[in-house]
Amino acid sequence: MTATSTSVDLDAKIPNNVGLSDDPKLQRALEQWLPKYLEWWHDMGPTDFEHMPIFLRTAVSVDRGGWANYDYVKMPDYRWGIFLTPNDSEPTIKCGDDAGTPAWSDVPGEHRNALRRIIVTQADTEPASVEQQRMLGHVAPSLYDLRNLFQVNVEEGRHLWAMVYLLQKYFGRDGRDEAEELLLRRSGDEDKPRILGAFNQPCDHWLSFFAFTMFTDRDGKYQLAALAESGFDPLARSTQFMLTEEAHHLFVGDTGLQRIIKRSAELQQLDPNGDVRAQGGIDFDLIQRTINYWYTYSLDLFGGEISSNASTFFASGLKGRYHETRRYEDHKALTGDYRLPVVENGKVVEKDVPLRTAMNEVLRDAYVADCEKVIGRWNKTLEESGSPTRLTLPSRLFHRHQGIYAGHHFDPQGKLITVEQYEANVHRWLLVPEDNDYLLSIMKPCYEPGKFANWIAPPTKGIEGRPTDFEYVKMHD
Amino acid sequence: MQQPAASSPAPVDFEVEPEHYRHWSVAYDGAIARVTMAVDPEGGLREGYELKLNSYDLGVDIELADIVRRMRFEHPEVRVVVLRSGIDRVFCAGANINMLGQSTHAWKVNFCKFTNETRCELEEATGASQQAYVAACNGTTAGGGYELALACEEIYLQDDGNSAVSLPEVPLLGVLPGTGGLTRLVDKRKVRRDRADVFSTTAEGIRGKKAKQWRLVDDVFPRSKFDEKVAVRATALVQRYSKDLPAGERKGVELTALAPEVEGNDRRYRHVALEVDQTARTASLTITGPTADDVAILRRGGEAAQQAGAELWALRAYRELDDALLHLRVNNPTVGLVLVRAKGDAQTVLDHDAALVAARDHWFVREVLLHMGRVLRRMDNTSRSFFALGDRGTAFAGNLLELALAADRFYLLDDSSAPVHVGLGELNEGALPMAHGLTRLQTRLYGEQDTLDGLVGNRALLEPSAADDAGLVTVLLDDIDWDDDVRIAIEERVSLSPDALTGMEQNLRFAGPETPESKIYARLSAWQNWIFIRPNATGPEGALTLYGRPERPSFDWQRV
Ligand SMILES: [Fe+2]
Ligand SMILES: [Fe+2]
Repeated sequence: MTATSTSVDLDAKIPNNVGLSDDPKLQRALEQWLPKYLEWWHDMGPTDFEHMPIFLRTAVSVDRGGWANYDYVKMPDYRWGIFLTPNDSEPTIKCGDDAGTPAWSDVPGEHRNALRRIIVTQADTEPASVEQQRMLGHVAPSLYDLRNLFQVNVEEGRHLWAMVYLLQKYFGRDGRDEAEELLLRRSGDEDKPRILGAFNQPCDHWLSFFAFTMFTDRDGKYQLAALAESGFDPLARSTQFMLTEEAHHLFVGDTGLQRIIKRSAELQQLDPNGDVRAQGGIDFDLIQRTINYWYTYSLDLFGGEISSNASTFFASGLKGRYHETRRYEDHKALTGDYRLPVVENGKVVEKDVPLRTAMNEVLRDAYVADCEKVIGRWNKTLEESGSPTRLTLPSRLFHRHQGIYAGHHFDPQGKLITVEQYEANVHRWLLVPEDNDYLLSIMKPCYEPGKFANWIAPPTKGIEGRPTDFEYVKMHD
Repeated sequence: MQQPAASSPAPVDFEVEPEHYRHWSVAYDGAIARVTMAVDPEGGLREGYELKLNSYDLGVDIELADIVRRMRFEHPEVRVVVLRSGIDRVFCAGANINMLGQSTHAWKVNFCKFTNETRCELEEATGASQQAYVAACNGTTAGGGYELALACEEIYLQDDGNSAVSLPEVPLLGVLPGTGGLTRLVDKRKVRRDRADVFSTTAEGIRGKKAKQWRLVDDVFPRSKFDEKVAVRATALVQRYSKDLPAGERKGVELTALAPEVEGNDRRYRHVALEVDQTARTASLTITGPTADDVAILRRGGEAAQQAGAELWALRAYRELDDALLHLRVNNPTVGLVLVRAKGDAQTVLDHDAALVAARDHWFVREVLLHMGRVLRRMDNTSRSFFALGDRGTAFAGNLLELALAADRFYLLDDSSAPVHVGLGELNEGALPMAHGLTRLQTRLYGEQDTLDGLVGNRALLEPSAADDAGLVTVLLDDIDWDDDVRIAIEERVSLSPDALTGMEQNLRFAGPETPESKIYARLSAWQNWIFIRPNATGPEGALTLYGRPERPSFDWQRV
């Protein structure tokens, strides 16, 4: 079993709490990977901001509360490291046929390929989002937001490290090959795309960035939470620690959109005709289209509604449900059905499928409920601002590219419609190129401490007790 | 759930017309044809499964077989056939697993046999007809999808960091890649057997450069250049396969519908009749030989034969025979014994064959001969007992003698008041080989080289006793004994275990060496058929049974 402790070896070339110095072979492999990673970061990260000191948090310990240390750091000097949440005494397999038996501290051969695939798929999303967001710094609405963007970026980089550590330590040569390939794929590249659809969508303005961190990172949260229940103990503990970082990304997305909504409501009232755009803001139809777009792409990330892979992963204890241990009593889930709408002979009908094969859908349920809560909060903001507008989540059948609804056409309410009806209305439902043009036209950089772009409200408070006009990024060092 | 078995009411029809394809489309562009697979998920032959991700069932494969056959007869100008998918990022996911899961054993076996025959037919086109198939794997190429690619002359895989070739049958389903996959990996592509072992147990497969390094594919091309690169390669192959083409204007010959008269299970074609006796569990399969007119057409040469087209006896009669055999297999599962008769005039058959051989430099005649060979191999692979009955008016000579040699036994009447003859022609001596490379005559006389040497080149008709002496006859009967002895032999045969008979016949029919093609049937299919009935695959806790279900398989660990 890996010796993990709460104390982090910070002086090491690669900070870690996994006793890397006691495993020279792994240490060598990771040290060989390090320069390639830095090269990737330099090529595909927020390159133009590399020389600026940024007020970032860095993990220095895995203790509760003590893990985050805030200071100015230049991004290439960020201490990307390997941190696992310390193990509880006798970890067990949390779900499936072997629930309750001791967890694996090593990869069982039987599940090697499945685990590798799970880890590679998760790992691939981390650098992908950095690539998607690499140009956003140039149009940041404030130094506060710019800093948050970079915080998210460096932590996605660290998440890649966490996954690469697992690949290199537990999957031999295959793992090393996969680790290399993670640095070779490119978001949106026709020839070497990232594995999952949403991670190949362009994200070139801040409305998309906030929607991405709100909806797509939130998928990440649920995937990580499901893997935190894994019977493969190193994976469970890696993802547990990643979740603490992920929470901040969701905060950035949630509050970012909330601040836009708040500002749009102000502009709505300011304008004699209630026209937000006339005031240089982001109108609610556009916000709704953005929600529709990113929410549905993120729904796809959960995989097929009826999935033999999902069933196998659960049955073999590789991936649990959200809060498997806390929320559920029956961890085998061998009996019982799950009812979901399916399209049959041109109609939507309800169908029962075995619960295990619906595990993707069970996880998606938790995600949808979480998103609903946030939408509720945003609508509260609207209400408090005196705006009559309300935002909604579209049906999970709408605009899908994966699973049983892909290939059919639904409206945002989830009604089955014809392809002609869909195409006649899709410009009202989803982002269109003109939206991009408009957003880019209003997104001019705002780099003065305490200043915020016209289209977004300032946050209620700053980072780590600092005021909102704190110099979160030193544009000139 | 409905069982797609012969008990199900609708019999399977093996004749299709291109305008009615549901799953495939073909675009002809001079010497290059593009065959696009876009399986209609709702278009399954039976209820109870969806053909997602370009997965296939028997209906999909019947269309593919039709494409391959028509390509050779109707589009002889085509030198290269590019096989691609019409679905983004998926080439073909292989045989539909839900379909397999809900099928009876007999259905699975017949399905696999037919798909194997289609792939052999496709593969043969490259060498024999100078029509090279190229698999353009523009996405996930899994299981039967990769086996389809393996049957092609060259395989190209899209390199997008995701698309892989794979044979996930063993790790995922507990069965074999039974459509020639394992055989072609090591025998055809000469993938190292240890690597083939790794590959065949890695469910997610192998992609990119490694797939090329391991010779699993011929090359990988980036997604943005894929179509272009494949097109360049196809053009280059057109050059290679355009050399030394057989003679004759390469104008297609349409394969018109056979349109038999159907009455219950009986099918009457122009030259072939299949009559089924369900109670006796026998069928009678009668083929009527060519006439003097048919011989006259052939004697005018290849162009005249081509003009006769689908009406040419040698093409029409064998297409009918092929269709009858398929009906027998899939729609008449309890018929155990087929009584084969050839009617007509033995000398006319030999004349016909001689004229056919004389015209064989013509592309169309060559295709006709290749087709005859394939139909006879279909008969060799049919898991029914065949007794050839040579009584009054029999014409077991030349190509029709092949039917008697393909049969498990040959009964010949020796009656001076109604003399019958048997005769050998050139077609018995190499043009219609069995899957293992020998002629049926060589196989029959495998231990009797002297007798064989004495027969080869002998073109005279043989009296029954001479045929018997030559080792061609199993039982020679006079007219007093004929009825009783034949009846008793039939009754005895149909009383034996059908499984044991299938196994016995398949072992006895193929004396001599093996080829990759014969291995696919004798080794791969045989093992597959065994695994299919093992609890580890299809028992209540078997991997195939439980695929897609919530329970995990549990194996009986005993090695058998
Ligand atoms: Fe992440
Ligand atoms: Fe994140």
